[in-house]
Amino acid sequence: MIIYAIYFAFTCFGAALLMNLWMIATAEGIGDRVLALDTMVINSIAILILYGLTQGTEIFFEAAMIIAMLGFVSTVAYARFMLRGNIIE
Amino acid sequence: MSLFLIAALPFLGAVFPALLIRAGRNASSMAAGSVTLLALVGLLINAPAVIRGEVITARLDWLPWLGLNANFFLDGLGLLFAGLILGIGLLIILYARFYLSREDPMGQFYTYLLLFQGAMVGIVLSDNILLLLVFWELTSLSSFLLIGYWKHLPEGRQGARMALAVTGSGGLAMIGGMLILGNIVGSYDLTVILQNKELIQSSPLYLPALILILLGCFTKSAQFPFHFWLPHAMAAPTPVSAYLHSATMVKAGLFLMARMWPVLAGTSEWFYIVATTGLVTMLLGAVIALFKDDLKALLAFSTVSHLGLITMLLGFGTKVAAMAAVFHIVNHATFKAALFMTAGIVDHETHTRDIKKLGGLRHLMPLTFTIATIASLSMAGIPPFNGFLSKEKMLEETVHTVWMGSHYLVPALAVLAALFSAAYSFRYIWHVFMGPVRHSYPAHPHDPGPGLWLAPGFLVTLVVLIGLFPNTMVGPLVETAGNAVIGGGHEHFHAKIWHGFTPALYMSMIATVGGIALLMSQRRLAAVWDAARRPEAKEIFDALIAAVTRASQWFTDALHNGALTRYAAIFVVFTLALAGYAYSTGTMAAPTREMLPVSAMPIVGWICIMGATACVVAFHRNRLLALVLMGIVGLVVSMGFNYLSAPDLALTQISVEVVTIVLLLLALNFMPKETPVESTPARRIRDVVLSVTAGLGVGGLIYALLGRDFSAPSIADYHLENSYSGGGGTNVVNVILVDFRGFDTFGEITVLGIAAVVIYALTEAILSSRVRARLLNRVMDTPQAGDAHPLMMVVATRVMMPIALMVAAYIFFRGHNLPGGGFIAGLIAAIAVIMQYMASGFGWAAERQRIPYHGIIGSGVLVAAVTGMGAWFNGLPFLTSAFGYVHIEPLEEFELATAALFDLGVFLAVVGAVMLALESLARFAWQPGIIPEHPMDINPERDEDGPQTSGQEA
Repeated sequence: MIIYAIYFAFTCFGAALLMNLWMIATAEGIGDRVLALDTMVINSIAILILYGLTQGTEIFFEAAMIIAMLGFVSTVAYARFMLRGNIIE
Repeated sequence: MSLFLIAALPFLGAVFPALLIRAGRNASSMAAGSVTLLALVGLLINAPAVIRGEVITARLDWLPWLGLNANFFLDGLGLLFAGLILGIGLLIILYARFYLSREDPMGQFYTYLLLFQGAMVGIVLSDNILLLLVFWELTSLSSFLLIGYWKHLPEGRQGARMALAVTGSGGLAMIGGMLILGNIVGSYDLTVILQNKELIQSSPLYLPALILILLGCFTKSAQFPFHFWLPHAMAAPTPVSAYLHSATMVKAGLFLMARMWPVLAGTSEWFYIVATTGLVTMLLGAVIALFKDDLKALLAFSTVSHLGLITMLLGFGTKVAAMAAVFHIVNHATFKAALFMTAGIVDHETHTRDIKKLGGLRHLMPLTFTIATIASLSMAGIPPFNGFLSKEKMLEETVHTVWMGSHYLVPALAVLAALFSAAYSFRYIWHVFMGPVRHSYPAHPHDPGPGLWLAPGFLVTLVVLIGLFPNTMVGPLVETAGNAVIGGGHEHFHAKIWHGFTPALYMSMIATVGGIALLMSQRRLAAVWDAARRPEAKEIFDALIAAVTRASQWFTDALHNGALTRYAAIFVVFTLALAGYAYSTGTMAAPTREMLPVSAMPIVGWICIMGATACVVAFHRNRLLALVLMGIVGLVVSMGFNYLSAPDLALTQISVEVVTIVLLLLALNFMPKETPVESTPARRIRDVVLSVTAGLGVGGLIYALLGRDFSAPSIADYHLENSYSGGGGTNVVNVILVDFRGFDTFGEITVLGIAAVVIYALTEAILSSRVRARLLNRVMDTPQAGDAHPLMMVVATRVMMPIALMVAAYIFFRGHNLPGGGFIAGLIAAIAVIMQYMASGFGWAAERQRIPYHGIIGSGVLVAAVTGMGAWFNGLPFLTSAFGYVHIEPLEEFELATAALFDLGVFLAVVGAVMLALESLARFAWQPGIIPEHPMDINPERDEDGPQTSGQEA
């Protein structure tokens, strides 16, 4: 039963990725695009965990954790760049 | 003494004069002298055996698979030359001690001299032509240093450059010739080559090899038309000229012709090339020498002339002529070294070398006069001095020589050359020492101390003794050396002053009488000579060099004009051409692998990566947007690594991605946000065509590779099998990095550290220049938001820091068995620290950073190195890892591996390098006005008195 749930989730997150891509390509201004990229990172984390579930392995957990931790940093860097132009003042 | 030691002594001893100069000039010259004396004694110990006809060898395999072996042998020819080099070297060392002034760096001089001496001894003792070539090049290099010894004189520098250019390019030709010769025979050992005369002379490659080798010899021995460098090399100090141009450098070419004589000589090609060149050089040098007013220039052209004489004798190809050539080599070395030294004495005492300003010195410098007169008369070929004996032999040989069917051409020209030779020799006596005493010398001349006249005095004693008793003095030596030149057979050497009324005697008389007559009319002839238009060798050479320089500059500039797009285009075109050639000539097997089915998620990833790439192309002029789009590519690539079972790569990719974004954002701060349109439409079309072709090519290549098995077995299986048993870890990637390929990793962290330090150094250089002021007065092109250090961000990063460091530690420790390791952990730790810089600012964070990043890099490399060296104490090679399992209650059994220590080194180096690079870039934007007292813009500890702010708003 769970496999159907996983497939459903895959479909949703896959569609989300494509929408993110669409957003990055077409959005007005840079702010929305950075937000879309950040969302894309979050969706990727989910897909990675789902892939780990289908394969029955824990090996992708750390990768997901690090993407979660570090994706935050690059978004913050973009935000600082947009607000102040200088990310380390 | 072993031949190895004789050849090595000058090189080993070369350091002593340079070191001992601190103890004074005597100590320095004594050091050089004792080294040379030791080598000379070592050589003389071997002399009796060589004179008996033995050949002494010393063999050592160096690079046998290349045919390059350190083989030495000593036969008669080698003995003669090594004796000349070391013996005259000793005299020169004595002479130079008193010749050089206090301002000249004497230690340097003796070091160069010994290096040169070692290279020369190496040439004459080598039994391997490749080894000989190495020494040959060494003489070119060390003579360059010697000729350019007076660095402050432009003539010295130009002369040294010219000598290096001419002899160096000749050496290049000779390398080709020697390789051909070695290929014909199938061995690079000289003794083997010398046995194969028929094989070499019947080979179709004989002529090319001959011409290439002769090019090397002719340039070195200053034969026409390469003679022009030798007079310009006279800008060197006189001891150098005396050494290089009497006994050593220029004799190297003659030595090689003599050495190769048994296999190369005897053909008509040899005769016409070598004998004709020698004859022309002899005549030309003699004529020019007569009209030179500079003492050393006169001697230089006389040297050219005498070298031509010896070359001609070798070129005749007869055994008697070869013997005469060897005899003249000895005689020329003795009188010419003495003459150069007297010229140096005259220069030293009168402060001029211009013959027109000299004359009448015989009363003021009687001793120098005697020495110079004996040596000059010997050079002129007057009995009873040694020059007469060998000149007679030369003239005798010319009588028997037929050139293109003519019996008279060679003897006639030889007499003419001898006539000029007599004239310039007499001129050296007459115009310098005879005549009235002048009162206009630049300095008051008198005879020098024994330090300067001992060496030439000794040499002219030899000149007289060899002239009177040739057979006792040098008979056995010349005979052994001559027989070594001839190769097979035995030729007897006999010389005497009175031969009876032979043609040679008449020719000598004509030359002497004519020489005197010529000297009488020298002044009038010189006026005609000076008025005549002649090609100036130096101008031609300079023009040639300038043309070559212009051509290579044009070529370099055309390829390398500073535009990155051009390098990329050239690279791509060249690669495409190579690939096209490989594709059209190679064969490709049919696909052997089935294509795998594609599921839905990889297609989504594919769409993302292709879409992002297409967007980069479309939006690449907006740099920030391009960076965001590259973020998608990085993310999808990382996901792809995960999907394809490479979690280590995925972790690395994602952490490198973050660091890259931080780095590029730091740089973008100072760059235009838009890329302007710079190239023409035609060029853009060219670039599109090139890049699309290259991209399709690479794509096609990868597609082809994926469908086929590798032609060679993969090394992956070996690593998989041995990772746990050999390296003690189950994560093969990490074991490869820290164990199998530990040495690579060690090199890489070193390079990483160097790169970071270079970035730091560049930053320092830029910030200490005028750029600093412009950076400080910079006005941001976009409006800035109010919060420099927002509260939310500061709090979030402070909370994140320990978590991130914990993750780094976790990733580090598990790395040996599960995805992770020092590199990834280092990146994560660096990012954790960068977050603090971003949140609270450079000034605040840098104040709290107490350990300098340079130190962290250094300690990382050091930890890795010390870990690697630990293996030595167990008698194992560098970086051999060790591991064991430890069980301490109540813990589970765990593993301890030296690889973890090595990984710690990697971790530290990565943290230090990333932080140093980013911190350096961040310093460009740092403004001294904003060092906040508090980590954030608002001080949360504010008291009742009212809001306190800090930082920019303050």
